[in-house]
Amino acid sequence: MIGTPARTMRVLQQHSIIVLLALLLGLALLIEVIRPGAVNANWVSNILLFAAPLGILAAGQTLVVLTGGIDLSVANVATAAAYIMASQSPYGVWRSIFLGLLVGVVVGVINGAGVSVFKVQPLIMTLAMGLVVTGSLNVYAQAFARSVPGVPDVIHVLGGGTVLGYVPVSLFLWALLAALLIVGLRSTGYGRLLFALGDNPEAVRLAGVRSWQVLLANYAACGLLSAVAGLVLAGTVNAADLGLANVLLLPSVAAVVIGGTSIFGGSGSYSGTVVGALILTVLNSVLTLLDVPDAVKQVLYGAIIVVLAAAYTRVLAQD
Amino acid sequence: MATAVAALPRPSGLLIRRVLRRQGWTIAVHVLLLVLLGVSVAIKPDYGAFEWSSLALGALPLAFAAVAQTVVVLGGGIDLSVGPLMALANVLAVRAMLGHDFNYALVASVLVLLAVTLAGAVNGAAIVITRVPDIVITLAMSFVWAGVALLVLAKPTPGVPVEFQNLAQGSTGSPWIPNAFLVLLIVPLVWFPLKRSRLGLGIYAAGSERNAAFRSGVNISLSRLLAYAVGGFFAAAGGLALTMTTGIGAPLAGNYYTLSGVSAIVLGGVSLAGGRGGMLGPIAAAYILALIPADLIYLGIDPNYGQMIQGVLIVLVVMAGGLGMLLRRR
Repeated sequence: MIGTPARTMRVLQQHSIIVLLALLLGLALLIEVIRPGAVNANWVSNILLFAAPLGILAAGQTLVVLTGGIDLSVANVATAAAYIMASQSPYGVWRSIFLGLLVGVVVGVINGAGVSVFKVQPLIMTLAMGLVVTGSLNVYAQAFARSVPGVPDVIHVLGGGTVLGYVPVSLFLWALLAALLIVGLRSTGYGRLLFALGDNPEAVRLAGVRSWQVLLANYAACGLLSAVAGLVLAGTVNAADLGLANVLLLPSVAAVVIGGTSIFGGSGSYSGTVVGALILTVLNSVLTLLDVPDAVKQVLYGAIIVVLAAAYTRVLAQD
Repeated sequence: MATAVAALPRPSGLLIRRVLRRQGWTIAVHVLLLVLLGVSVAIKPDYGAFEWSSLALGALPLAFAAVAQTVVVLGGGIDLSVGPLMALANVLAVRAMLGHDFNYALVASVLVLLAVTLAGAVNGAAIVITRVPDIVITLAMSFVWAGVALLVLAKPTPGVPVEFQNLAQGSTGSPWIPNAFLVLLIVPLVWFPLKRSRLGLGIYAAGSERNAAFRSGVNISLSRLLAYAVGGFFAAAGGLALTMTTGIGAPLAGNYYTLSGVSAIVLGGVSLAGGRGGMLGPIAAAYILALIPADLIYLGIDPNYGQMIQGVLIVLVVMAGGLGMLLRRR
């Protein structure tokens, strides 16, 4: 029982982030083997650039998953926020950014109200709100915009700019948000309430917490973070079309799951999600290097996520 | 709970109330469908057999998507890859039928049904073996199946034999009996015998109270696998329906059906918690979801509003459902 393998296993189970980091390094090594010299400062810079929007999107998802919910509208919200920001930017850049973020908060509040007050299952509520958001965005696009709108310079710098040649500007925003979330989840009452709600909502209710307020705030925060992710992504690709962030829905959930947050809520961390987002971005880079058709890439991507999630559930999460 | 209630002898006067309580939602959905049909006739006075059969055609793939999702949800899971599975069946069928005659097409569609049933079983097996939550696996598998569909057929391709298309597009006897309704008969033909069998009962049991089912000797893993396989079968039927109604193979046609299928089962009164619900509600809901865009066109409103209205309708319905439950508890 107390043999070295068992103890190593336990240490790894308690600090699963070590395994995730090892996996990340392993993938980078794989790239270096496939194409020697590919892993350089430029590559790292690019990975961070594309991981930042995903990481921020997955931050909102982490908050919701911790409470035992799921938000399937994050990608729709990100797309809508970016598109509305871009199409409104001719009338004032800061106003347009505000409007974009407002979209996220409004959708988040409606999601939260549905889940907490009306007790709708989160999956249904957010799926339906995703439909509403995308449908409304299509109507808006038909009515107000004739062409794909351009992205204002501020956003382009935020999402795609670098300082000192290599450090992406979006990394600063991401790091700030990550610090806030990691500290906030660990050592504020709100953060601990999220874990408690995911673990045992009935106990939280009996302890006299108004859970509906916590959930409402939480879904609103998720909406806001999704909108931020949408704006950053629009800056990264320097365009905002009607399908901008749709590809990020699966990665946003996968980053959370691979990062070790239980999909049933109650346990997990944002630091794990950060590494999860990095792993998925590097994985994308590996698949790009393989030089196979997009369809094959898609199949591999899905299959690898299944394998990673399975490995996690089977090996690391068992007590 | 339901069985305990059913076991007690009851005076017959309460029968209606019991039917209302247990089937209330299904009845309400059918009433809503009738009201919407009435509205259609009111706003389009020359509503006739043509509109009727185009509704039947338009709703057919969605009805299958809803049925596929229902089976999986009854077993306590959820399959977010129903749409890509339908697209896979669609492109496999078109790829196989290209340049062949009707008989060949029929054989091909049987093989497609088998292949995509197997794909559904793969989803189920992945969930049972890895013990990763259903939603994560099927979301990831939706990428896999969509990728496979793209590998089978890279871009939308026509070439389906006309006789095969007419399996759904024509009508039998009277123009008021479109074939699209007859194709849907495959659902009761497969589902009713299954539901009455041990295996079907196992699906319901696995979805309602897994521990109790396990202790009563139900093979949970097998039941869940079966639910996904049957879901795959109906998704395949939906893909073939798509082939019949559109006449083309479209590798990207699927995504719409994942979302709308889930919408239809929620509207149709199937509990996402599993174990509770039937097929009539989701199928009626599929027709409602197909009727809304049609009505918008008759009203002269941009059909782009359709998606928005669908979403709003679902949000309102589920909120009303939640509110009703809260009030009943008080």
